[in-house]
Amino acid sequence: MEGKRASVFVIAEQSGEGIQSVSWQLVGKGRQLADSLDTNVGVILLGHHLQEIARKLIEAGADEVLLGDSTNLVPYQAELYTHLIVGLMAEYQPTILLLGSTFIGRELAPLIAARLKTGLTAHCIELSVNPDGILEQCIPAYGGMITIVCPERRPQMATVANGVFSNPAFDPTRAGEIIPVQIPDNFPLRARTLEIVKEASEAISLESASVIVAGGAGAGDFEGWGQIAELACVLKAGFGSTRPAVDAGWTELETMIGQSGKMVSPKLYIGVGISGELQHMVGIVGAKIMMAINNDAKAPIFKQVDYGVVEDCRVFMPALVKALAERVPQARRATHAV
Amino acid sequence: MLNIVVCVKAVPKPSLADKLKIDPVTKSLPRLDIPLVINPIDSHALEAALQLKKKYGAHVTVLSMGPPPAGNILRECLALGADKGILLTDRAFSGADAFATAFTLAKAIEKNGPADVIFCGMASSDGATEWVGPEIAVLLNMPVVSMVREILEDHGDEWIVKADVEHGYRIVKLKLPAVITVTRNLNKPRPLSFSGILKARNKEITVWDRQAMGLPPEGVGLKGSPTYVAAMYPLESHRQVEILEGSLQEKVDRFVQILSDAGVI
Repeated sequence: MEGKRASVFVIAEQSGEGIQSVSWQLVGKGRQLADSLDTNVGVILLGHHLQEIARKLIEAGADEVLLGDSTNLVPYQAELYTHLIVGLMAEYQPTILLLGSTFIGRELAPLIAARLKTGLTAHCIELSVNPDGILEQCIPAYGGMITIVCPERRPQMATVANGVFSNPAFDPTRAGEIIPVQIPDNFPLRARTLEIVKEASEAISLESASVIVAGGAGAGDFEGWGQIAELACVLKAGFGSTRPAVDAGWTELETMIGQSGKMVSPKLYIGVGISGELQHMVGIVGAKIMMAINNDAKAPIFKQVDYGVVEDCRVFMPALVKALAERVPQARRATHAV
Repeated sequence: MLNIVVCVKAVPKPSLADKLKIDPVTKSLPRLDIPLVINPIDSHALEAALQLKKKYGAHVTVLSMGPPPAGNILRECLALGADKGILLTDRAFSGADAFATAFTLAKAIEKNGPADVIFCGMASSDGATEWVGPEIAVLLNMPVVSMVREILEDHGDEWIVKADVEHGYRIVKLKLPAVITVTRNLNKPRPLSFSGILKARNKEITVWDRQAMGLPPEGVGLKGSPTYVAAMYPLESHRQVEILEGSLQEKVDRFVQILSDAGVI
């Protein structure tokens, strides 16, 4: 790849000692896109104490790692990051720029896109290069998929949620270059992040749960929602939700599964009172066994699962929980805040 | 006095929005008259502005770009306590992506006069891109904090806010004028009151089209959008579904059997 300059770029986001999982996945996808365009992959890595990560990024598929390593970059500062990345974009003129749909990625991406007056597609679930060399960006919408393109302006920008693409293979023999990025001192900040605080979560994390119970609008009300939560408790399952359930105020945004929420791949998924909108369903395409309970026999979810129960969940849930409570020892129960 | 602008979007009523489905034959969306309502998170943006108005006194402008019926949601915002509504409506605005939308809204905010704080919902229920608030900030050369769940200090022109990050939060010191995008956790929107509806009858809704704003046709709507939808198609699943039959108890028993076979109980 000598002599070629990177034109597919990924922004890797520091998280604690490492980087976000999605950043590795984007380097893998960026490598594929760069190969189909016969070009190089550049990764922008901003933070502190990241030399080792920079080398790992090369093993994962990066050709050039633009490394900004400074205490000024920790914690994340929107204006400084935007300034640095926009400057690198002007220098490299890349064709593609990918970011993770993390909270920070979702703030940073539109700041960069607006500065560059280019397009930005949210939470893509598929990215490919068409015969004209244009990035086709697929997102689920309206019960199907839509393909979005940004044919003229550059770079073509997209965000992708964690878990959509798989992790790259690491090749310790891969060669690449680490290029330092100059970080200004005393950059004026009008929005200054003072600190980032981690909160310990008591609930079972959706990403690691082997069983997930998810509830939707069919719960009807807060009481119906509580019955679904009961099932999750009895099965010691992660408890997920759909956007309508979040909109209804029954649960937190953190529990939302789907295109703009979490991407999960449990061994077993049980959808309760969920119609089967694609925005939700794309979040669980990785599930091994899928079951659904819904009172509408025509709900699209019954075409997307392995087992379906046509019943009002407010009738079925109490009966199921009762039957399970007789079998499942108390010790295996988990608690979910409702 | 604080000048606050709240950007609101009229979206298809979320409970009916799933009727908007890609037609498998035409590969396009059918034309349906789904009632428009205020995007649910935008009510929290308005509530934040109304609470500040009560605390310190403020002039609250609600701003929306959309078809003429979107004026109804502005009327609702006025009834809740906003002082002025601006509707940006023009056929030329249709087909706008996040960038063209942010451009049009930013131009309207400039035309309306200096704003100290601009509140937006963090995302819309129909597009869910989350980009418009931060892009407005760039176009107006203001700082932004996205996904704010709590305003810790709101006195003077240096605020402190708490915003969502993975498994936690960040604390940000923010110099006004600024854009803030809000989450549902920020507050509980107030309900409409009859007296509010009566008072709103005398409040003005200004309507601006492209020419009134002096915008070039190539800067707005589909023409001003870097991105567009190139294709849409319905999706098929490959799973073979077994619908559980029998009485309620038989269905429960079969369900428990499946869970047992899967090794989860």
